[in-house]
Order: sequence, then structure tokens, then C-alpha cells
Amino acid sequence: MINKIVKSLKDAVANIHDNSTIMIGGFGEAGSPVELIHALIDKGSKNLTIISNNTGSGHVGLAALIENRQVKKMICSFPRTANSTVFPQLYNKNEIELELVPQGTLAERIRAGGAGIPAFYTRTSINTLLSKGKEHKFFDDNEYVLEYALKADFSLVKCNISDRYGNLTYHATARNFGPIMCTAAKETIVQSKKIVEIGDINPENVITPGIYVDKVIEIENPAHESELVESQIRYLC
Amino acid sequence: MLEQVGWDRIEMAKKVALDIPDKSYVNLGIGIPELVADFVPKDREVIYQTENGLLGMGRVADKKNEDRELVNAGKKCVTTISGASFFHHADSFAMIRGGHIDICVLGAMQVSSNGDLANWSTGSNSIVPAVGGAMDLVAGVKKIFVITQHNTKKGIPKILDKCTFPLTGKNVVDRIYTNLAILDVNKEGLFVKELADNISFEYLKSKTEANLFQY
Repeated sequence: MINKIVKSLKDAVANIHDNSTIMIGGFGEAGSPVELIHALIDKGSKNLTIISNNTGSGHVGLAALIENRQVKKMICSFPRTANSTVFPQLYNKNEIELELVPQGTLAERIRAGGAGIPAFYTRTSINTLLSKGKEHKFFDDNEYVLEYALKADFSLVKCNISDRYGNLTYHATARNFGPIMCTAAKETIVQSKKIVEIGDINPENVITPGIYVDKVIEIENPAHESELVESQIRYLC
Repeated sequence: MLEQVGWDRIEMAKKVALDIPDKSYVNLGIGIPELVADFVPKDREVIYQTENGLLGMGRVADKKNEDRELVNAGKKCVTTISGASFFHHADSFAMIRGGHIDICVLGAMQVSSNGDLANWSTGSNSIVPAVGGAMDLVAGVKKIFVITQHNTKKGIPKILDKCTFPLTGKNVVDRIYTNLAILDVNKEGLFVKELADNISFEYLKSKTEANLFQY
């Protein structure tokens, strides 16, 4: 019987090891799998490369993971947002690496990684510092830059409803990077607000088909990152 | 306090709004561009895309109806219009990079007379660089409108012969809306489409570090 449901956050992140590359879903707090990230902090895996659009805010979630010095390198498009201080401080001290990627290129590199496409050409970042040193090519008189696919050892994703096959639906703009990150990791770990019986999700409404998902844990009332930040909560003691 | 010369932010946003045709698909950048949606004439049906995965974005949400997972690119809580759709990031940027969006309105640090845009980095090492979707938008959207103050708070020109900050894109801007004027970026250079109230061409030239032409 296929059953991807795990019972504890500890089980969910059990395989994550030092030196892993991990994709973490979310656009700011929308879609950020806060509980899975906190479980990763508890596990303590080090020397991680994290692929995520932002770098977290306050002292919870992704920001806390960085603050706990578990992250060697960030690959992201927008490393500073309101209330994000942890990453900028380490970056200015040269204590964390940054690979800055335009948001669409970041998404497409992840999509390519999940679709077996090793690299692709794009117009984005032509004539800018971010295409410097990369291979350029002309198609129909337009210049393009070669970008390589991104893959990960693990993806941490937040969804709304799932079943034991790992079929997923999302809520509003919390979908963002979730569906593509599920496709691009060796092991995809999902926190879901609700787990339902097989067949309860109309096949027409499945956004991520279960084949892309390895583990699902139910987190009925996930924390809102902004509320934690407003309450000045620090995940690390 | 710096005295407001020419149009204020609202008047600038209104000028942009009037240039958005009926049936357009539009992406609005963070900041002043967000104001534009409020002033598009009611008889025009315009659909707003936000690059974090929503087509058919409505107004900013009331405090009591905020959904922290329904946000715009600036991470503000928004609403959806009837007929809206959600999609993932790769689909969203396929819309942008694939040339499906008609107009994008962006802020700027600098714009040059040939339409180069700089709006992501000052080149300073002390600030963490952040690019977001700006380079994708200028590479893929059919028309790029820039809305910006004509000069910085310190009075330094932002409309230049050549940008000194790192570029977001080269030859990408179609029209510039500032507090002093509306400028078209043509092959021959910057043409004044409209001057703000009480602003003379001579005054505009004195606040600009690029050649200006009159139609």
C-alpha cells in the first residue's frame, strides 16, 4: 500500500543530512513551511545550500535556520524583505554565500530540474551583471543567456490538502514555488493543513500529482510567520 | 521638506492609468506603480497580474479580511476579482517571459535616453543585492512604462544620458512618467510628450542629464 503520510515532524526530516541542497517553498511567508523548517533546525543538519525566493524574516522559519548557522549558501532572487536582518548581517560579514538569480530564471531553473532539462536559454538578464561570464547565443538576432537547471536533495513545501498518495492542492498565492519544487528534489517533504481520504480530491483539482511527493505530514494549524515576527518570537533560545 | 514641483504621485499615477488601453493584461511593480490601478477609467476592463501567481488581482484587502497567503509581489494582502486564477511560479513567469503581458509599470533608480533601466542595485557592496522579477519583466513584457520622481531627494537627475548603476535591462523602457513630464523613448532619443503644469521645457532640461527633444 502506498502511504506517504508520516506521523511526526522528526520522521519528516529524518533523512536530511549535512551538505544537502534543499529547496524551500514560499514567497515571503505565503507558502513557507515554517514547521518543517523548525524541524530541520531541531535536527541540526549543517553546511546546507538553500534554494528559496527570500531569506526569511525576524528570527523564525528560514531566518532562524540561517541564524543557527546551518546554511552555507543561499540561492534566491530577493534576499532582503521587511524584517529580514539575519541574512543581511551575515552577508555583510562575508559569512554566507549568495547566488542571486532573477525570479523567473529561478523558477524556470527549478522547473527544468524537475523536467529532465539540463539547461535552457533565456533573454532575462541579458546586458546585466547577472549574465556575466555565462554562455551567450543568438537566436533570430536576439541574444540569450544559458542557464542551468537546479535540482535538490530535498524539497520542503507547504500545501493545503493532500492524501496518502501525495496528491496536493494549495491555497491562493501560497502555491508559488511549491509545485515546481516538488518535482525537482530526490525527496519531497510536504506539510499539509489537512489530509483527506484517497478520492476525496477531485482529479481535476489536483495541482501536484502524488508521484512527485515522498512524505506528507499534517500540520493542522500552521504558524503564520508574520504573527511570530510581530510577537518577537525567536525560535532559537 | 522638499516642495513638490509639478505633478504629485497621484497625478503621475493618473497619467499612467490613462495610457493603459481597454483589455490589457498589466503587471504593476512595487511602490508608486501600485497606485495606478485605482485610476484606470471604469469603462476599461484591465486584468492585473502579480508575478507571485495571480491573474485577476483586486484591491488591497481590508484589515479584517486579510489572508496572509493571498499577497501581491510587494507581499501586501490583496483580493481577487471575479474570474481570477492562481498558478505556480514557472507558469507565472512563462506569462511574463513568453510575451503574454501587455504592459508593465516599474519604478526606477535611473533611466537613460536609449531606454536602459537601472532599478535593482546601486552597485554598492554594503547593501545586499536583490533583483526579484525586474529583469524578467523588462525582458519579456511588450511595453515597459517607468514611473519615477524626475530627481532624487537630493536633487540628482535620474534621467541620464547613460546609467551609472548596474542595469536591469538595455533598451527596454518605452515611456517615462515623472513629476515633471512624460517622456517617450524613441530611436532618436527622449521626446517630451507632455509637460507637467507650470513646468517649462527649459526647466525640464535643467533637471535632466540627457538630451531632450520636442515633438
